[in-house]
Amino acid sequence: MLLIECPFCGPRAEVEFRCSGEGHIARPETPENISDEAWADYVYMRTNPKGLHFERWMHQHGCRRWFCVARDTVTHKIRAIYKLGEAKPALDEPKTEGEGA
Amino acid sequence: MKRYSIFSLARNALGHHANWQAAWRSPEPAAEYDVVIVGGGGHGLATAYYLAKEHGVTNVAVLEKGWLGGGNTGRNTTVVRSNYLWDESSAFYDFSLRLYEGLSKDLNYNVMLSQRGLVMLFHTHHEEMMAQRLAEAMRLGGIDSEILSVSELKKLVPILDTGRDIRYPVRGAVLQRRGGTARHDAVAWGFARAADDRGVDIVQNCAVTGILREGGRVAGVETTRGTIRAKKVGIAVAGHSGVLAGMAGLRLPIESYPLQALVSEPVKPVLDVVINSGTVHVYVSQSDKGELVIGAARDSYNSYAQRGSFPIIEDQMAALVKLFPIFSRLKMMRQWAGIVDVAADASPIIGKTPVEGLYLNGGWGTGGFKATPGSGWCFAWTIAKDEPHDLNAAYTLDRFSSGALIDEHAASGVGH
Repeated sequence: MLLIECPFCGPRAEVEFRCSGEGHIARPETPENISDEAWADYVYMRTNPKGLHFERWMHQHGCRRWFCVARDTVTHKIRAIYKLGEAKPALDEPKTEGEGA
Repeated sequence: MKRYSIFSLARNALGHHANWQAAWRSPEPAAEYDVVIVGGGGHGLATAYYLAKEHGVTNVAVLEKGWLGGGNTGRNTTVVRSNYLWDESSAFYDFSLRLYEGLSKDLNYNVMLSQRGLVMLFHTHHEEMMAQRLAEAMRLGGIDSEILSVSELKKLVPILDTGRDIRYPVRGAVLQRRGGTARHDAVAWGFARAADDRGVDIVQNCAVTGILREGGRVAGVETTRGTIRAKKVGIAVAGHSGVLAGMAGLRLPIESYPLQALVSEPVKPVLDVVINSGTVHVYVSQSDKGELVIGAARDSYNSYAQRGSFPIIEDQMAALVKLFPIFSRLKMMRQWAGIVDVAADASPIIGKTPVEGLYLNGGWGTGGFKATPGSGWCFAWTIAKDEPHDLNAAYTLDRFSSGALIDEHAASGVGH
């Protein structure tokens, strides 16, 4: 069970939250002018890293506000929590097996 | 390969079972192969087997970073079925189920297929309408399916609580009698033994760390046991699909999540079908050893850790006990998770990639085991002929830009 520090309410249990997947995905400014491949990249393609992952969470059973979490997908350790609109924090990549992993 | 039979069993019993031949060799990897398959799970081993058997391609290596079937093949809940809504899905999954029906004989290896019947419960009016649509769609596709009323269901599964006073009363079920279970380890080992017999090199403890490309074409793989060159490379690594694709500079419409399962202490025979409920989300069957094998929803956040989160266990146990009050005092013995690669439309990708000579088999999400023989058969065809078979022609990577998705999220009626 993760203990997640809601930036608005403080530390709460995982079950109060909803993870909404990868963050920092910007909607293309002019979707009508981009290729189908570029649109598919925006809608469907994901980074899905083994290691540091920047994602969006919502405090569903609490304040219902959104925020960002930098979390390791191997250890589940939460590296940083920050508000929407803020830049990705600079964090070292954790060491994982193999190249490209 | 020495064939298994009642006579070989008797002969080896006389020798106190000390003289069985190893089921497969453990060769050093050669410097070059025609085809390298990355991933020694069921799908990779089946691919190698059908490459050799159907297409005469035997200069093949299967590279496995751990041990055979130690990933999702050994971590699933062993259910086989073909109750899918869309034509592409039902054609493919029923083909796979038909391969399962002949698999023990084909491989000379008992995969312990048990077509005990698969029961999908429905609890709400809307689910009931969806279930009827599914049952009719399956019948149109030539696949057996029946709708069971509550009283028929109660006769089939007497321990199920069909009372009206629970939060989601059971309203009926779709039954696929040909659905059931197979022994997951045996599927991996059977394919490995039969592929090895046809000349395929199975190399364990060999992790792929890079994909070699020369002039936009795949040229081989870098591994922890050195460079292995190959004319063609097929990826069948389930949860690590994104990691392998990333080595070739590709992005996928896939995310990786843990899917948990657990087993109870063994008890006497009490449940002789597989039961699944999408609404309260639990599925359960009883193994030959007597353990209940229980699965449920995948975890909610991306992960490569082969363990699940506790809230999921809590939810599935609550659902199990509600449907089967008789199980309330059972102890659970083991719990684990496999990393499943969920594609955006909950359908797999079996096909070519933008890199010439590199093929992808992934996106199986929470339902790869039932697809094992069909997946291997189609992937072998695609690699051997450099074009998909009709059965997997729709399962391309570029369907995500063309828009021709095969949306099985809604069809399975399960909140993935």
